[in-house]
Amino acid sequence: MADALSNYALQLGDDSLILGQRLSEWCGHAPMLEVDLSLANIALDLVGQATFFLKFAGEARGVDADKLAFHRDVLDFKNCLLVEQPNGDFAQTIARQFLFANWQELLFRELSRSRNEMLAAIAAKAVKEVAYHARFANEWMARLGDGTAESRERIVNGLEWVWRFGDELFAVEQTVEPLIASGVAPDVRTLRAEWDARIARTLGEATLELPKPRRAVVGGRIGHHSEHLGHILSAMQFLPRAYPGAQW
Amino acid sequence: MTKEWPLWEVFVRAKNGLAHKHVGSVHAADDRMAIEAARDTYTRRMEGVSLWVVRSAEIVASDPGEGAALFEPAADKVYRHPTFYSIPENVKNI
Amino acid sequence: MYTTELKDKNQKSAPVTTVAEDTVKLAAFEARVAADDFIEPKDWMPEAYRKTLVRQISQHAHSEIVGMLPEGNWITRAPSLRRKAVLLAKVQDEGGHGLYLYAAAETLGTSRDEMIEALHSGRAKYSTIFNYPTLTWADIGAIGWLVDGAAILNQVPLQRTSYGPYARAMVRICKEESFHQRQGYEIMMALSAGSPEQKRMAQNALDRWWWPSLMMFGPPDENSPNTAQSVRWRIKRETNDELRQKFVDVTVPQAEAIGLSVPDPKLAWNEARGSYDFGEIDWDEFYAVVRGEGPVAKERVKARVEAWESGAWVREAANAHAAKRAHRAAAE
Repeated sequence: MADALSNYALQLGDDSLILGQRLSEWCGHAPMLEVDLSLANIALDLVGQATFFLKFAGEARGVDADKLAFHRDVLDFKNCLLVEQPNGDFAQTIARQFLFANWQELLFRELSRSRNEMLAAIAAKAVKEVAYHARFANEWMARLGDGTAESRERIVNGLEWVWRFGDELFAVEQTVEPLIASGVAPDVRTLRAEWDARIARTLGEATLELPKPRRAVVGGRIGHHSEHLGHILSAMQFLPRAYPGAQW
Repeated sequence: MTKEWPLWEVFVRAKNGLAHKHVGSVHAADDRMAIEAARDTYTRRMEGVSLWVVRSAEIVASDPGEGAALFEPAADKVYRHPTFYSIPENVKNI
Repeated sequence: MYTTELKDKNQKSAPVTTVAEDTVKLAAFEARVAADDFIEPKDWMPEAYRKTLVRQISQHAHSEIVGMLPEGNWITRAPSLRRKAVLLAKVQDEGGHGLYLYAAAETLGTSRDEMIEALHSGRAKYSTIFNYPTLTWADIGAIGWLVDGAAILNQVPLQRTSYGPYARAMVRICKEESFHQRQGYEIMMALSAGSPEQKRMAQNALDRWWWPSLMMFGPPDENSPNTAQSVRWRIKRETNDELRQKFVDVTVPQAEAIGLSVPDPKLAWNEARGSYDFGEIDWDEFYAVVRGEGPVAKERVKARVEAWESGAWVREAANAHAAKRAHRAAAE
């Protein structure tokens, strides 16, 4: 059970870490200074969440959060595929944010009721941040969808890129099942309808159509990642790996 | 060149009981973005319980005005504060 | 962050004058400033005062924004979660500082777009220091320690600069700046106490950032002809050389405390002055960088221009959407 719990915390922590890493890439390059600050703010929240989850995951293994963040290879990362997708243009970033933040808000709302006090506490704090992340994404969906012809085309393309990664958010990896049964982890399957409704509502406000259903691309939870994660880790982990044992 | 986003003046109430203070301005295309930009710019260190944004063009008074809007600040970013860092006593001026 | 009144060595050093202004108003203005009063946006002010402030404040703002780039370069590669979070917070702060300063400059009648256009075209300058590359993690430590350290020395006195919005922006900035410097110094401390490779990295960063940091304080006083007027108008509170000397005196012991040596063979404590003597700055390098020939000047401006231009469709979309909403609201 300790292993399953630790593994679950890795899923949560890796989601936040990898998305935080992606958003950090925008620093100094956003379309407007105010937007740069918003993205950095979201990235910072995510890195904070990741730190808490990874610390918790590490306790069962006798390692700290940094060891987990900087010394695992691709097969041992448990983030969903959505968060490792490239930033692309601002529309693709917003599309990724849109799907993920709305899901994360529902997830943390439920997780804050976890029987595990630490997970519940992390989630309770994070849900406030993530409510803001979702709001930010939803508003930008409307601005881009119902903005200019160009922004509309770009956000449609962005949604097309990320849509195949939505289903994975609602799949339960098998080691999580007993955690659901014991009230530690929420059952994400039960959140699907609510998420669908939120997504549909925002797409409606954005005058966008629901993308067509398509085959889900999955695998992140068991370490079967896209080609992107390797490159993300190469950059992220370079220093600790190049200087083993060094303190920073 | 793209038309510039309008300028909004930002007012923050640091805590209940205090008056709102004009803290500066942000550019935003609409009121929701203005609130978010104001929050991200002017309340990074738990400086506010209340935010107002007003289009600069609407301001008539020449003195800082008053205003409020609710926002929940994050309370844990203690590393923004100098006291979070341990610098030995013998090192001066830092 | 810091900037100086950056002028090309060959530019005429004439003070900024304008057409005849009301001498009574000017006398009243000078008296207020001399009495430590604050000038606010609606107050009468000499054109030269307004122009100098617009240039100084906007250059300061540009410096903060461009300054996000050398440090932003290392966020994804920060070697621990804590360092990553702290660097993200610092860079976010810098963006925020840029925003406060743009806001202050706008009260003087210039627009954000005008200021950005000036930056991208090369007419407006930003602090010379950001034209140097951050090639190692230690550079992030050096920037926080030295560059923010220099900025603090300049900014603390500016909290009582004569122009109200600028002074208030400086108060906000100063509150946030000391975390930046401590963050940088702590990185240097960790490296200096680390492995031989880390020590080398730290010393190497100091070797490369020391002289550019001294250059941040601008040309020597004898080459800064507007200093007297700026000091009288409280736009400048101390001279370039005064601040530079302070910086050296304060920073050398900090380097010694962590076993790093300042790359200046002429550095020596002068007991009689109670200050450090130090070597001559390479003014050719300084003026070249001011002219836009710094090692990564092209990269910095290119990055900002690309961010702005590739983001045009986003800004347009937001405008279009706001107009649609306003239209719909009016129709109801």
